[in-house]
Amino acid sequence: MKRLRFLFLAPAAVVLAATLVAPLAIVSVYSFLSRGAYGGVTEPFSLENYARLWDPLYALIFWRSLWIAAVSTAICLILGFPLALFIAAAGRRKTLYLSLVILPFWTSFLIRLYAWIFLLRDTGLINTALQALGMIREPLPMLYNEGAVILGLVYGFLPFMVLPLYATLERLDPSLIEASADLGARPFQTLFRVTLPLCAPGIWAGAILVFVPSLGTYLTSDLLGGSKTILIGNLVQNQFTSARDWPFGAAASLALMIVAAALLLAARPSGERML
Amino acid sequence: MRRSLAVYATGAYAFLHAPLLILAAFSFNTSRFTVWQGFSLRWYAALAHDRELIESAGNSLLIAFVSTACATAMGTLAGYALWKRGAAWISGSLYLSLATPEIVTGVSLLAFFQWMFRYLNLRLGMHTVILAHVGFSLAYVVVVVVARLRSFDPALEEAALDLGATEWEAFRRVTLPHLSPAIAAAAMLAFTVSIDDYVITSLVAGVDSQTLPMTIYALARRGVNPMLNAVSTIVVVLLGLMVLLSERLRRT
Amino acid sequence: MAEDSILELRRVSKAFGSHRAVSNLSLTIPRGSFFSLLGPSGCGKTTTLRLVAGFENPDEGEIWLSGSRLAGPGECLPPYRRNVNTVFQNYALFPHLTVRGNIEFGLRRRRDSRPAAAIEARVRAVLEQVRLAGKDSRRTSQLSGGERQRVALARSLVLEPDVLLLDEPLSALDPQLRKQVRAELKDLQRRVGITFLFVTHDQEEALSMSDFVAVMDRGALAQVGPPEEVYRRPATRFVASFLGAMNWIGGVGLRPEALRLSRHPAHGSRRAIVTGKTFLGPLVYVEARLETGEACSAQASHSAACFQAGETVHVWWDAADEVKL
Repeated sequence: MKRLRFLFLAPAAVVLAATLVAPLAIVSVYSFLSRGAYGGVTEPFSLENYARLWDPLYALIFWRSLWIAAVSTAICLILGFPLALFIAAAGRRKTLYLSLVILPFWTSFLIRLYAWIFLLRDTGLINTALQALGMIREPLPMLYNEGAVILGLVYGFLPFMVLPLYATLERLDPSLIEASADLGARPFQTLFRVTLPLCAPGIWAGAILVFVPSLGTYLTSDLLGGSKTILIGNLVQNQFTSARDWPFGAAASLALMIVAAALLLAARPSGERML
Repeated sequence: MRRSLAVYATGAYAFLHAPLLILAAFSFNTSRFTVWQGFSLRWYAALAHDRELIESAGNSLLIAFVSTACATAMGTLAGYALWKRGAAWISGSLYLSLATPEIVTGVSLLAFFQWMFRYLNLRLGMHTVILAHVGFSLAYVVVVVVARLRSFDPALEEAALDLGATEWEAFRRVTLPHLSPAIAAAAMLAFTVSIDDYVITSLVAGVDSQTLPMTIYALARRGVNPMLNAVSTIVVVLLGLMVLLSERLRRT
Repeated sequence: MAEDSILELRRVSKAFGSHRAVSNLSLTIPRGSFFSLLGPSGCGKTTTLRLVAGFENPDEGEIWLSGSRLAGPGECLPPYRRNVNTVFQNYALFPHLTVRGNIEFGLRRRRDSRPAAAIEARVRAVLEQVRLAGKDSRRTSQLSGGERQRVALARSLVLEPDVLLLDEPLSALDPQLRKQVRAELKDLQRRVGITFLFVTHDQEEALSMSDFVAVMDRGALAQVGPPEEVYRRPATRFVASFLGAMNWIGGVGLRPEALRLSRHPAHGSRRAIVTGKTFLGPLVYVEARLETGEACSAQASHSAACFQAGETVHVWWDAADEVKL
């Protein structure tokens, strides 16, 4: 029995060690090293890379990433809650409506971003249409700014907010809603005094599920943000490719990991274990 | 309140789906500009002649098939073992895998591979990409399989043992059949995730292993291209069908 | 509306799809009474309650409360506009609020001109009434079953409804607790004076607590009246057999406790052969078959229960106990 269990777990364990544990270990070590002459890594060990992160230039990047992630999360919550309410109240069509939310997410993320480029560019669909209708003379700059990145993040991660909200709403005891009405609360009052507070766990889960990936996003800011919107993900990628300063990139990666891990631990879903 | 929710929901769904639908619509546009000038299939025809696209699509498919096969097999066995008795290190690593931002996974894999290649005489290529894909797909497979196991009555395995089967036989003849829809669903999920990956792949691919997302990315950076609309439409439709099928299987 | 009735249902009907839950039901509930709706599951009693509360609307008929119409063709008031409150079967206490928070819930939302001190006094009074004083800052999850029920009661009573609706409130309690709570509920109703409309499938509950019992069968009213009347003079066979065991001898109904058994013949007695005995602790049921072939079951005290199977016994009863239908 023990042997079988070992055999079953071994392949996955090896793969995880090789693709996750070891790489992260290497990167952790690198973060304490310095940049080599030809872009490799050399001694000495130091905390210099981490110190550099506090440099205003890089601190700004971190701050911008936190800000954009927070705004995206807030917007996802505001947009996602009514949608989750709708689905939970939908009766027989619940599964259909839920699938319609999840489906776009599982098709290509890259292509979905391209779709927004197609729409938002200066020569994109929206500008062309507005100009054709005579509503504007010059194209509106809708792409390559923070707003576009936030739009891309909301568009991409809205399902991650809707799902846990829906799950919490689904499990809500309907007699609590009836009791609230019975005691005299009008529908909107019931929403704010009973439904919303009881959804708190779902709201937290959704917020974390949107905030963490938004914080570490790379593609969205790369394609939609232009050169003005550099986030942590872009910084890391840059350091590992064109700038060739791996130790510094490693330090930035670790900083990102620590923030993400801290948030995820803080909001561990009570009871339900996925794995 | 019901009615205003329905109106809002329509708007929300439009927001979620319109961009892709518009993209698809314009893939049939005769003109290469964002002005509709008539229906045409010329861009789809052009796809067939684009060497780079076809080659990268082929690479992507190969990588996806191989990595999906490996990840599904390993993930199913691991998920089953975890369900019977937890293993904190492995569960923890799987959680970590899901939680780590893609860019961090990508650069750390790059660093790891380059470090390894100092001792082994290898370079970045298809094999590194496949290994990376197996790595990040594992967690998805395990989640789907474990979820399905939650609905499996352990007494069935005990009954099999009682009737003379070994542990392996019980797994193969009793548990595995119950799991098969979930395994299929997990495989499709892994396939989808693999086909679409850009960030990690772009960092660990070598010169000879350009994948479809990488080609798409390069085109998207260069600007709007109706051929890109066409290939996007094909990819989205195929992946969409896969996901639908996967969901169907998961719910049986 | 009749002078001292507080709630009236007039020919109310409600169907769910093809299932007629309530058919042409008319009820008059007197002010200040403890009124029970009794019947087997599926008889429509809970649906009736929900119609009064406002969670369902009748297909036909009208519902009147204290002279104003709650529901009828055209307009039906939503639950938050009806001066009735419900004690739910699972209590439906708000888990995110304390005991006090639950009780105050209905008061807080009223644009009440009542000052905070008056609200506070009201809440404290109700807490005393249900004997929960001192537990007001607890979370609902920290309470026992009986305490949770009292919070549910308090939450509704504090709003002083015209009628308090109770949906099988004792079914979630342990059997031991149930008897005690029955007495407490009855006592509470008398003290507070509010009309209770109580739904149950347990005839012992209905008979012991109510001023009036309405027996329902498949969506319609079978009989309504004080407990003794409904028990002693049932209007239909259904009511007769639902409220307790009933023997049918020669077309006449007789309760087991009305039958007397003896080894010696008595005036007007009939002969029977004992077929079995069921021991229930304080009582014994003796089953016997009469010469006519009819089977009957008699309740015997333990001193009289020494009959053995196969013995010949004599059965007689008081003519006043006969139920003729």
